[in-house]
Amino acid sequence: MKIAKDHQRFRQIVKGKIRKDLRKFLSQGELLGREGKRSISIPVRNIDTPRFRYGDNSDSGVGSGDGQPGDEVGSGEGLGPGGTQQGQHILEVEVGLDELADILGEELQLPRIQPRGRKNITSERDRYTGIRQSGPESLRHFKRTFRRALRRQIMSGVYDPSRPRIIFERGDKVYRSWKTVLSPQSNAVIIYMMDVSGSMGSEQKELVRLEAFWIDAWLRRNYQGIESRYIVHDVRAGEVDRETFFRLREDGGTRISSAFRLAKELLETSYDANEWNVYLFHFSDGDNSSESDSRECCRMLSEDLLPQINLFGYCQVASAYGSGNFINVLHEHLPDIDNLITSRVNTKDDIYDSIKTFFMSGQ
Amino acid sequence: MRRVLPKILADYAESIAEYARLEGLDFYPTIFEMLESDEMSQVAAYGGFPQRYPHWRFGMEYDRLRKQHTYGLGKIYEMVINNDPCYAYLLRDNALVDQKTVIAHVYGHCDFFKNNQWFAKTNRRMMDDMANHATRVRRYISRHGLDPVEEFIDTCLSVENLIDPHSVFMQRRESRSATKERAQKRERGEKDSADSGKYPAKSYMDRYINPPARSTVESTDLDYETGRKHISIPSHPMRDVLLFILENAPLKDWEADVLSIVRSEAYYFAPQGQTKILNEGWASYWHSTIMTRYCLQAEELITYCDHHSGTLATSPGRLNPYKLGIELLRDVEKRWNTGRYGPEYDACDDMETRRNWGKDKAPAGRVVGRGSPGREKIYQVRSIYNDVTFLDEFLTPEFVEEQRLFHYRYDPATGRMVVVNRDFDRIKQQMLFMLTNHAQPYIYVLDGNYRNRGELYLGHRHGYIDLDIKYAKETLKALYRLWRRPVHVESVIDDDPILFSFDGEQSTQQTIDDATPAPANSFA
Repeated sequence: MKIAKDHQRFRQIVKGKIRKDLRKFLSQGELLGREGKRSISIPVRNIDTPRFRYGDNSDSGVGSGDGQPGDEVGSGEGLGPGGTQQGQHILEVEVGLDELADILGEELQLPRIQPRGRKNITSERDRYTGIRQSGPESLRHFKRTFRRALRRQIMSGVYDPSRPRIIFERGDKVYRSWKTVLSPQSNAVIIYMMDVSGSMGSEQKELVRLEAFWIDAWLRRNYQGIESRYIVHDVRAGEVDRETFFRLREDGGTRISSAFRLAKELLETSYDANEWNVYLFHFSDGDNSSESDSRECCRMLSEDLLPQINLFGYCQVASAYGSGNFINVLHEHLPDIDNLITSRVNTKDDIYDSIKTFFMSGQ
Repeated sequence: MRRVLPKILADYAESIAEYARLEGLDFYPTIFEMLESDEMSQVAAYGGFPQRYPHWRFGMEYDRLRKQHTYGLGKIYEMVINNDPCYAYLLRDNALVDQKTVIAHVYGHCDFFKNNQWFAKTNRRMMDDMANHATRVRRYISRHGLDPVEEFIDTCLSVENLIDPHSVFMQRRESRSATKERAQKRERGEKDSADSGKYPAKSYMDRYINPPARSTVESTDLDYETGRKHISIPSHPMRDVLLFILENAPLKDWEADVLSIVRSEAYYFAPQGQTKILNEGWASYWHSTIMTRYCLQAEELITYCDHHSGTLATSPGRLNPYKLGIELLRDVEKRWNTGRYGPEYDACDDMETRRNWGKDKAPAGRVVGRGSPGREKIYQVRSIYNDVTFLDEFLTPEFVEEQRLFHYRYDPATGRMVVVNRDFDRIKQQMLFMLTNHAQPYIYVLDGNYRNRGELYLGHRHGYIDLDIKYAKETLKALYRLWRRPVHVESVIDDDPILFSFDGEQSTQQTIDDATPAPANSFA
């Protein structure tokens, strides 16, 4: 196709191979998708041509629908300037979490994860894949049945728009049918650890939340049974549920080893390394309280944790306070270890690169 | 990649065209082509055309559209080009009922292109011209290399929006054809004073015997300080910044040509931006009318309704131009059928009377046929209105309430978009603002020889809303690459008049006070 050249050129610019001057205009555009009730954006690279345009104080618009003054308006753009392109009908479609993960995988060109352990065990699973004329009532496909009935009633002239009553007949009913698929079974546990000391503000939490969402999506795509555990720590560590994990805010100092110790306990009591694929992720602004504690952390990692697990991901978020030194300590004391991966996240745009760093090796 | 339309669709296209003509639509001959979804993404990325000049932004757009399609996030049903003949593309995997709907929709667009005044001056041979543009740019690339040409196109695109969409309808100043007259005089053998110093030559040999570079150097009106040809200063603020640059910036021939290509394409696309709501509303009105009256088979009804409502779906934070357009057109049609206009109706403030106004006159049914006053009225609307005038004239409080429109605003406290109110005046004001000049700032040339140093001085006509400073600074850099002398733009930031400048090395901004030299023109 003619456009292949332009397309290739664009991709090269994005990768920074040519026209480096344009990279500063590169932004994370989005494609909106919907997963259940929440809408989710899929990153699409976009290069913004600088133009004279309006600044911040133009953030208002007109929408339609329900809502009282003060209610939040759903996502999506207002009536923006009309595009210059003619007649494109765009429909929004729901995306499942699985598909989202696939899109992410494709965008970042992530390799499929190779599970360790008992990968030869297979399990059977049923998936609904099609439609058939007979089946149990509990599997009746309501929407299709309804549509067939409506169609039949309209065609036979029984349908009365003023009294829209649809009555199913036997021939209208259709049922979901399934296929049995064999798939290798492997289990995984993700332990998220987060530093909730005084220096982690709400901005940092938001970054962690986003990062954790994508980690979760990708790992769930790769394993059937996933368990997630959440640990928060300042100078002491404790296990919390998911909600609390993202909301909790504490004050005080930071002792990272406390979280590692708790993680180790969890693994020892509940997750046998021979049966589980274990993922540890630690989020912090990297401001550990003392050098000696940092050394203790490195010792625990190399002796207790790293030999047992698939991956330890350390993600350092930028913060206005603190030295952010922990990442350097890790580099210094534990260089060249395959399953220890670190990344820095300063803004939302870094998240995708960070995910890519974590899962590039397919561990 | 062209594929002949299957017989069955060709027949439908013919019969739908008949129905459309029967209803009074009037369009150029329309050629339908069938595309695969990937090809559709390409054509859409090219702005509807089968080919464009090489540039990465088409690749970027293609990338986005292709992903959108592969991930099932949306698909393009149809594209149509304003050209004589009109070209329209159909997506191959669409069901027959979709194809019929799209064909009817396309005839609506074609009628609009042909008859709406705002399109009257567009180039109807754009299909050919786009291909020529592509050839010319390719030639420059093979001569000067891809990078310099591409960089120059990027520069031009930064200022692409600085045109004067209304200028095609009026003559704002004496055109440059004075030079043409001179050439004609010369042909007739008359001696022209401005031509002194030139060797006599036949017109076709003139550019060889009197090369432009030479005549520039020899022309008397050289500016001593800059060594440049004297820059003409606009006699009043000039909105077509691109034209001013094209005529006065020291561009090489190929650069001037590329800039003129970008400019002519910007003018071609401008009316489509000005009439998005009306155009889509008109086309949707017609696909709905034609499908429900003539074409729909019983078994297609549900699929048709499903897709039609999908196209017109609204979500809270987004106004759908298709929906807004078709509803407002139907509202106008209804009002004119029931006599709900004029001073008597406007003066009436009894809600009950207004609600029942002219009900006895109203013909039955939602869609009222040919020859009714409502239908006549919307034909008039499609001929002479654009989005701004359409909404300005026909938006009513009743309509706003019926469509449940609201005004929303960014709330800095919570960082969310929140509903402010449902006040009619505020909503109308906001909608008009968003449609006026594409919701882009008005930028004018105020001086082409600022401080008598050949510097370019632009002005932003400020109305409540500030420029984005970061973008303005980057745009100035692009302007400098064209002008090659310092460039300035005056604007207002937080109620203070500010002058942004770029002199080739650094960006500066300063408050404008009495000590700042004034440009040749000002807004006041």
